[in-house]
Amino acid sequence: MRVALFVTCINDTLRPRTGQAVVTLLERLGVEVAFPQEQSCCGQPQYNTGYRHAAEPLVRRFDRAFRDYDYVVTPSGSCAAMVRDNFPRIGARARAEGRGTELAQAAERAVPKTYELTEFLVDVLRVTDVGAYYPHTVTYHPTCHGLRMLGLGDRPRRLLEHVRGLTLRELPGAEECCGFGGTFAVKNPAVSAAMGADKVRAVTGTGAEAVCTVDNSCLLHIGGMLVRQGSRVRPVHLAEILAATEADAAAGGLSTGAGAEGGGR
Amino acid sequence: MSRSFLGMPAFPRASAATTRDTRLRANLTHATHTIRDKRAAAVAELDDWAQLRAAGAAIKDRTLRHLDHYLERLEESVTAAGGRVHWAADAAEANRIVTRLVRETGEREVVKVKSMATQETGLNEALAQAGIRAYETDLAELIVQLGDDLPSHILVPAIHRNRAEIRDIFRREMGKWGRPAPEGLSDSPAELAEAARRHLREKFLTAKVGISGANFMVADTGTLVVVESEGNGRMCLTLPETLISVVGIEKIVPSWQDLEVFLQLLPRSSTAERMNPYTTTWTGTTDGDGPRTFHLVLLDNGRTDTLADTVGRQALRCIRCSACLNVCPVYERAGGHAYGSPYPGPIGAILTPQLRGLAGPLEESLPYASSLCGACYEVCPVAIDIPEVLVHLRERVVQGGPVTRGGARVVLKPAKGHAAERAAMRAAAWAFDHPGALRGGMRLAARTRRLHPRRLPGPGRAWSDTRALPAVPAESFRDWWRRTRDGSGSGNGSTGGVT
Repeated sequence: MRVALFVTCINDTLRPRTGQAVVTLLERLGVEVAFPQEQSCCGQPQYNTGYRHAAEPLVRRFDRAFRDYDYVVTPSGSCAAMVRDNFPRIGARARAEGRGTELAQAAERAVPKTYELTEFLVDVLRVTDVGAYYPHTVTYHPTCHGLRMLGLGDRPRRLLEHVRGLTLRELPGAEECCGFGGTFAVKNPAVSAAMGADKVRAVTGTGAEAVCTVDNSCLLHIGGMLVRQGSRVRPVHLAEILAATEADAAAGGLSTGAGAEGGGR
Repeated sequence: MSRSFLGMPAFPRASAATTRDTRLRANLTHATHTIRDKRAAAVAELDDWAQLRAAGAAIKDRTLRHLDHYLERLEESVTAAGGRVHWAADAAEANRIVTRLVRETGEREVVKVKSMATQETGLNEALAQAGIRAYETDLAELIVQLGDDLPSHILVPAIHRNRAEIRDIFRREMGKWGRPAPEGLSDSPAELAEAARRHLREKFLTAKVGISGANFMVADTGTLVVVESEGNGRMCLTLPETLISVVGIEKIVPSWQDLEVFLQLLPRSSTAERMNPYTTTWTGTTDGDGPRTFHLVLLDNGRTDTLADTVGRQALRCIRCSACLNVCPVYERAGGHAYGSPYPGPIGAILTPQLRGLAGPLEESLPYASSLCGACYEVCPVAIDIPEVLVHLRERVVQGGPVTRGGARVVLKPAKGHAAERAAMRAAAWAFDHPGALRGGMRLAARTRRLHPRRLPGPGRAWSDTRALPAVPAESFRDWWRRTRDGSGSGNGSTGGVT
């Protein structure tokens, strides 16, 4: 099977180590992974803000970039959901507007092969023990698009439960949105910050050393608030936990979160 | 009694104020979480909830597709059963009709059943201008009316008030409207309910005209259905001599059999009850039983225009259960008043801009009053994909386009105030479609990362006031890949395989 990584624009630019973690993890599991350089953004920021037409070239680009692959794996619940739920809508609307079936066909090709990382691990590779070691207490925040649009269910939890050394702490009100919501965070900053403050309070209350999600976009918001509040809880993408091994731990502690690449206050 | 939703500020401004109101936040969090948890338990009891939900959506969709047919059928049935049917194209016409009908009775006072349609039309204010006093008899609506307040929730209009506030309102205001609150009234729920009961009983026994809405109208038989928990509605529906019901045209179902679905969906979704406590049905008039005169005012007020929108029309399936409000994290923090209409929360964010049109800054801001978390869609008993409609309306805001207003096709201009955003979105889309330029930008950002500010000026403050900015790493993923993996600079052609 030909497997490509769709790293997403946010990870490419701001969290490259998440993409690196996916590569490390998949290669450890015996999967050769390619990175088509033609890829860029799924178009979610444009689409969700009302600029559907601006997202259309990115649908075509996604289709072109990944046309030669059987599986497209992405470490982002919301970008996977954009492809699966909204690419077909973009195609259908273009057709309804009398602009042919080209976008609909691009969507048809993209949808069935696009997998969020935990789906690919559990459903395609059929592994829940990925041989990871992460000797820390962690709480898991299920991000909305992973939870409700993709229906990831207990896949992330099953993967975390098999990580050696990891202690999972329950997050109260886990299924409530963190308040990021893309441009929502800047269009309605007061409500977004109020939601974020409640999420951060719940995270801190677990006493965990790290909070993990399947989406770095939500984690930028949660982590940004944690940093601003002087919290020691580290935001870390699930992929980085799953990629970690005994050798990493020996090399030095909790090598994730607002460390070398972390945010300033 | 003159407060109205007219002229309310846009959602971000209104909600910025309400998120700072700690008492309001506490009242709302307590109330919404309580109802939310109960609903989840009540829904989980039914094995066939998913099928019921699909059936509810299908019945509504089919009925809406043939709405003209069913409305005429309803008019025939109601007329045959002794009622009179009036057609109101908009709120003003509905209010004129009701005012005239009340005047014809010679009465100056009416009792009201809790009704969203008459909140939507501002009927109480219209009646007041005509010298007619309308008494709200739903307990929560009574609290809102006595407090010169606005409703903030579809099912629990006084959800923003706690018991102590309600006691103060009763003590201060009840005497001005009728029987005063008893001496030494406490804030115990039983005492508050008793005070309201005695105050309202006087109105029920003297009123000659009742005004209601309806949850459902059965086209086959001309039967109207009101679903409530207190029994106060039934008092208003049975004791007066004249009953006037103002009902949105989308409330129609073809037959009694269809009610079977909705009378399961609605109580569990709204109050988490297995069966609704007071379900009143009436068909025209019956000699010696109930009102002798029955008027049905069918309200359009933007519904036909909404029906013309193939994506947005699903909002008309709504059965006003308010499950979406109770799970919405934005509603919980902003409160109902910030939505500037009797329809708050997620459903209000898609209903108000469609019923009123994108008429001003408030309506244009409502489609953005959501993080698109999808909790509303998940609990909606008629499967309205609220996030889908929100995004659709956002497109309408920033792009304009053809819409139906007042039954005519018009082309809407893009809303003002989005020019910078539009330019930024187009620039981003261009950059993302030109990876060479994008890579150059990323490298520039990486090289200058020590110079990046910790707080942003202008619109960026909305982010950096409460959150640290993410630092830009020294190397993007794609540069790392090219440096370590792929000297040729192209990942295309390198194929993977399970070894």
